[in-house]
Amino acid sequence: MSDKLMKLTLKIWRQKDADSPGKMESYQVEGISEHMSFLEMLDVFNEQQINQGNEPVAFDHDCREGICGMCSLQINGEPHGPDRGVTTCQLHMRMFNDGDTITIEPFRAKAFPVIKDLVVDRTSFDRIQHAGGFISVNTSGNTQDANNIPVEKENADKAFDAATCIGCGACVAACKNASAMLFVSAKVSQFALLPQGKIEAKDRVLNMVHQMDEEGFGNCSNTGACEVECPKGISLENIARMNREYLKASLTKE
Amino acid sequence: MKTSVARKILMALSGFFLLLFLLQHLTINSLSVVSEDVFNNVSHFMGTNWIVQFLLQPVLLFGVIFHLVMGLYLDIQNQRARNIKYAQNNPGTNSSWMSRNMKITGIMILLFLGLHFADFWIPELNTKFIEGDMSGMKESGFGLRYFEELQHKFTEVWRVAIYVLAFVFLSLHLLHGFQSAFQSVGFNHNKYTPWIKKLGNLYAIVVPLGFIIIAIYHYTTQL
Repeated sequence: MSDKLMKLTLKIWRQKDADSPGKMESYQVEGISEHMSFLEMLDVFNEQQINQGNEPVAFDHDCREGICGMCSLQINGEPHGPDRGVTTCQLHMRMFNDGDTITIEPFRAKAFPVIKDLVVDRTSFDRIQHAGGFISVNTSGNTQDANNIPVEKENADKAFDAATCIGCGACVAACKNASAMLFVSAKVSQFALLPQGKIEAKDRVLNMVHQMDEEGFGNCSNTGACEVECPKGISLENIARMNREYLKASLTKE
Repeated sequence: MKTSVARKILMALSGFFLLLFLLQHLTINSLSVVSEDVFNNVSHFMGTNWIVQFLLQPVLLFGVIFHLVMGLYLDIQNQRARNIKYAQNNPGTNSSWMSRNMKITGIMILLFLGLHFADFWIPELNTKFIEGDMSGMKESGFGLRYFEELQHKFTEVWRVAIYVLAFVFLSLHLLHGFQSAFQSVGFNHNKYTPWIKKLGNLYAIVVPLGFIIIAIYHYTTQL
């Protein structure tokens, strides 16, 4: 393992608050080990900025182990950077070389307004979830154990795969149309494949699609960029399933 | 029509309809290479049969206009959905050029349709409905006129070149459009989707190539 430290040029989107216009600014950062994660690199960068008396860059992060969906960042023109199947917190600096210039921008979508610097407001995803991303379970004390209801193995696997979506918004950031269909379809599929989800299936897909449009996300044109950039490998198969569910619900719902 | 999912399903259905139309158009064009008489007779049938003229033709025109208007409308919405563009964007790493540029290839096909209508459809409407000549006969009165009219259009090299270029754009449009339409209507299955993609690539290359070969054939046979 090499312990050579890298020196990098960072081009970062700086924006004081939601109402101010922002712009790209260039910075230098030194002492970056290839073993650091991208967020650790930003921590080092912020420390250097604070020591120089500058305002540190605001960015989202939480678990730093790729499961919370909090980190974002468009790095060199790709959500979560150039690596595949990882979030920004799992992106290692060994993906970059000494002397590189790295462009760091917030996820861009009208439905993801910038709050400050690289932090975006993704509560539009929460509102889509509120519109139908749930099942109603009676908690009277006689609730049936979910394990007592048999589920076909193939459907169980597919529901589980859909449920691994962490709602980070990389699909929206990658899509040329800023469409949220991969996210919404994962949330629809996760329930549509299970017996517990059948009860509210029609309302769920209709309401979630309606809310998605209300939030101002774009239309899906099947470029497949979302699937490639998704850190959890959510499949386009889910979008096709959502389209089927939608068609079925809109034709039969009274 | 009210939601994004409904609109993409309608976009796909109009696309399927146009895919079928292209096959029919290519089949009749191919007859012009096989036999002048057969091509003339089939063209006369298509040009005078009332079901084709007053039912299928308006449906086709509606299909083309719907696909175009809906495509542009969706594109305007998509532009609005990302009001601030990226300073650096690297879409080539996650999607194909064809899938990202359906608007460009579609507009090129539309421009070609302007020339194509001016070449064939408008003169046809003029002969039949303005001049009132439904006979399909040449001005001399001997034989049907369709094959001769087709040949006359492919005497200039610039026109043949534009036709060839237009079919290259059609091919690029179909390379994404064919399989995309299946996904939009909800057809995605691990067993069948790889074959649909292969069939789509085959269709997108063979059909436009067929039109190109026929255009070049008529140009070269008249040299």
